Amino acid sequence: MSLPGRIRTTIARIRYSAASIGRRISVGAGHAPYALLLALLVAAFLLNVGIGAVSVAPNQVIVIIARHLDAHLQALPGWEAVVDAGSRLGTFPPGAWMRDWLAVDVTRQQDAVIWTIRLPRVLMGAVAGAGLAVSGAALQGIFRNPLADPGLIGVSSGAALGAVTAIVLNVTVLGIWTLPVFAFVAGLLVTSLVYLIARHDGRTEVVTLLLAGVAISAVIGAGVGLLITRATDQQIRTVTFWTMGSLGGTLWNQIWIVALVTAVGIALVIRSGQALNLLVLGEREARHLGVHVERTRTLLMFTTAAMTGVSVAFTGAIGFVGLVVPHLVRLWLGPDHRRLLPCAALMGASLLLIADLVSRTIVQPLELPIGVVTSLIGGPFFLWLLIRTRRQQGGWA
Amino acid sequence: MTSTSPFVTRRLGAFLAALALIASMAFSPVVSAQTPVASPVSGEAPTPTLPVTVTDSSGAEVTVTDVSRIVTLNGDITETVFALGLGGNVVADDVSALYPPEAAALPKIGYQRELNAEGILSFEPTVVIGDEEAGPPEVIQQLRDAGIPVVIVSSDTTSIYGPVDEIRQVGQALGIPAEGDALATTLETQLQEAEALAATASSKPRVAFLYIRGQGTQMIAGSGTSADLVIAAAGGINAGADSGIQGYAPITPEALVAAAPDVILVMQAGLASVGGVEGLLAIPGVSQTPAGESGNVVAFEDLYLLGFGPRLGEAVHDLTLALHPDLDGAPINPQWQGTDVAVEASPAASPSASPAS
Repeated sequence: MSLPGRIRTTIARIRYSAASIGRRISVGAGHAPYALLLALLVAAFLLNVGIGAVSVAPNQVIVIIARHLDAHLQALPGWEAVVDAGSRLGTFPPGAWMRDWLAVDVTRQQDAVIWTIRLPRVLMGAVAGAGLAVSGAALQGIFRNPLADPGLIGVSSGAALGAVTAIVLNVTVLGIWTLPVFAFVAGLLVTSLVYLIARHDGRTEVVTLLLAGVAISAVIGAGVGLLITRATDQQIRTVTFWTMGSLGGTLWNQIWIVALVTAVGIALVIRSGQALNLLVLGEREARHLGVHVERTRTLLMFTTAAMTGVSVAFTGAIGFVGLVVPHLVRLWLGPDHRRLLPCAALMGASLLLIADLVSRTIVQPLELPIGVVTSLIGGPFFLWLLIRTRRQQGGWA
Repeated sequence: MTSTSPFVTRRLGAFLAALALIASMAFSPVVSAQTPVASPVSGEAPTPTLPVTVTDSSGAEVTVTDVSRIVTLNGDITETVFALGLGGNVVADDVSALYPPEAAALPKIGYQRELNAEGILSFEPTVVIGDEEAGPPEVIQQLRDAGIPVVIVSSDTTSIYGPVDEIRQVGQALGIPAEGDALATTLETQLQEAEALAATASSKPRVAFLYIRGQGTQMIAGSGTSADLVIAAAGGINAGADSGIQGYAPITPEALVAAAPDVILVMQAGLASVGGVEGLLAIPGVSQTPAGESGNVVAFEDLYLLGFGPRLGEAVHDLTLALHPDLDGAPINPQWQGTDVAVEASPAASPSASPAS
């Protein structure tokens, strides 16, 4: 094909794609999906805080959280002034029935369950779910591959290697932080290794990157297997639990780290939404349209690796969320990344919370590993969706 | 297995035994009827002197003000609390707490290494007590953050006398130091007497401890294991450790021939899982050892031998007699030993626990 011809085809293709993207956008109405997803997240959040082995009534939950917030905010200068101003505006809460409702006793046990156990756990679930889902969406975008998930760039297998090393070799140098630090650092190292192998002459190639990721994950899997042959049965049991994930042991000081990394990560990914849209057209086309393909890819790869690494480090490997949530959103709202990414964050957070609710209530006071729940519910649901979509649209959108 | 720490491997046997028992209990309701009846030290519950402040293994100062609702995190600690007479105060324990039967019947908080905080808190404990095996550490931290006194007793896992000090710490933490001392001293004396008894034996047999759970899991105990400690205390040579095995290693004919045991020591549930002595001798390599040729197999009830609780002294005494037929004396608990396991409806002989048969 001649050069002008090629340009013409390219432009036509861009026009067509842009038009189809525009159509998809106009289908989803305005801010409704955000409102819906936000409502879902709030509902999941409230259910998670309210339900558990120890029963705490909703009014007690409100009292407990309000008391703790008040106690913490007292350290802030000006908080007293705010409270004063508030009380001058009128009595709070308004209405006698509400005052009566909130005049409720709280046991020390209930206070502990809500504030030191459920809230950190629920926040961790929301943050990890959002991070995993956005990572999955971003990776599916930059690799233009529907099967991409954080496992593809080696961060999951690397984190597993770090965690298993810490467990099997009984490393305890950093106390309670040993396993998370090992998992996070190893995850990033392996991603870097995949990246360095795929990088050549200042650029990376998608296929090389994917294959390098697969190959290195295989090698690392062998390393994990090798370590496990040296493990005792108790260690193997610990490893097994880690690979299925749990939000159970979440502490407040872990939340801040994960939340910070995830917030920055999601912001960076969402900022690249338009670039991801253009990448769908093909690398060359995106480059002609002003996208720094290489820079975007590198940035997103390491951002997702950091997000996935930090949540996997604290919660263990929670499968399926990163792969499935982006597809669910795409089926519902179409492929525009500017909408897909924030919606995936909200939906990932909600779905992980719902999964956690199931995992800790279905056999209470015992718990199921959350990875078991996400796969057990997510797998069949996803298959059903897949088959239904094929029947209705004749194929995967 | 070179890098496994003694801390972890020492309890492997006990843990695996517990798991197998749990599995079998799930499928055979008659188990509790066959489990030998417990005999906690005294009928009267002691009166604790509270509050008491102890420094636990993490270095934390823990003040215990009330022991009316105890949650125990490990099987051996549970057994100790029951032996100290406070079993009636235990409201929940972990799935490895299978002795005494009253403890096994209590509500469960999960497995000692995979605990969850809210489940434990739902039993409204006034004190939570366990050993260093309990975890994960985040959950222990959550319980402390929730204001519950959590006592983690330290355990010397390299010595047969480890449980003695553990019992003393449990007694102190629960405000009954006198009872703790008494039980600890009893155990210490029993262990010393058992060792003295073993010292009078004319021979030192080579003993291979085989951990068996059907066809799939067949291992031999080396150094750094709980079985190693028990065999040494009972006046035997651990043939596995002597042939260079560390921790638990899969049984191979070569490993067995190298170990050349005069006696094969197994747990009853394990023996039942391969169909008794006959099945044991059918494992490749076993019948070629001196023990296999002479049919010299000794079997003990799993938790009695490797539970490492207050019964340890009696178990070592009984094992000493079993390993040295020339010694005079009667076993203290004949009901918890013997190779006659496969024919009767022993717990582990249920279909679920014996894939071999």
